Amino acid sequence: MNFVLNDALWGLAGGLLIGLSAALLLLANGRIAGISGIVGALVSLKPGPLPAENIAFIAGLVAMPALYSMLAGAPDIGVTGNVGALIAGGLMVGLGTRLGGGCTSGHGVCGMSRLSPRSIAATLTFMAVAALVVTAVRTYLGL
Amino acid sequence: MRIIVSLIAGCVFGLGLTLSDMVDPERVLGFLDIAGGAWDPTLAFVMGGAMLPMIAAWIAASRLGRPALAASFPGRPASGIDLKLTGGAALFGAGWGLVGFCPGPALAATTLGGWPVWVFVAAMLAGMGLFSVLPARQTPLTSASRA
Repeated sequence: MNFVLNDALWGLAGGLLIGLSAALLLLANGRIAGISGIVGALVSLKPGPLPAENIAFIAGLVAMPALYSMLAGAPDIGVTGNVGALIAGGLMVGLGTRLGGGCTSGHGVCGMSRLSPRSIAATLTFMAVAALVVTAVRTYLGL
Repeated sequence: MRIIVSLIAGCVFGLGLTLSDMVDPERVLGFLDIAGGAWDPTLAFVMGGAMLPMIAAWIAASRLGRPALAASFPGRPASGIDLKLTGGAALFGAGWGLVGFCPGPALAATTLGGWPVWVFVAAMLAGMGLFSVLPARQTPLTSASRA
């Protein structure tokens, strides 16, 4: 195991912020902080008005890390440069989250905390499949 | 007012993703790589930390009756654990395992990770757009969710 207490504590702190954000959205606006749903409502190819609340949320989500970078330095993140993986992964995440009705925030954070059987089932499923894919890619394909 | 709340919520969410390092696919893949020998439990701490305020929020919601700025709290979905749910979750999981990004962190990393993030986000938006034109019954899963 690669357990670093500092990382775990920052993870907990960041997680609390995520939870507080979702709690705010629920108790004030009555909405689920499910990012796939918030984004999905904006990218529908069917004509219709764009919900301003969704745009505002995404704006904050994108802008805050940029602001953080300016103040505290850009975090060092490692993203694959494999274009095929990026495109395939993106398509699967986009289609899969909409079909499944949620993602790590919608099902994982909001749904599981409500003890929703659907969310528990969905979370267990995407966690298990993701772990399988990582194992397959890293252990057997050596990528 | 709800728009301002959404903006603030988005900012706090984005900050949380950044501080917890969930914007780093390497960190996330380290959690998902359970067989690799260097398992990184950070994501579990993030998820656990995030669920604490939400558990309290759902309890508060059940007592409040209605949100502060809206007419009602979200109801329960109409459908159960069906193939669309599990199939969609499996597809999402596969994509997540390929790159280490799910929707929130990918968007939060837009200004942090350069062109690979943009390619992923573009493909993710395309996948969501594809969903919107699939023929389907109108269920709570296919209707737009508002922030």
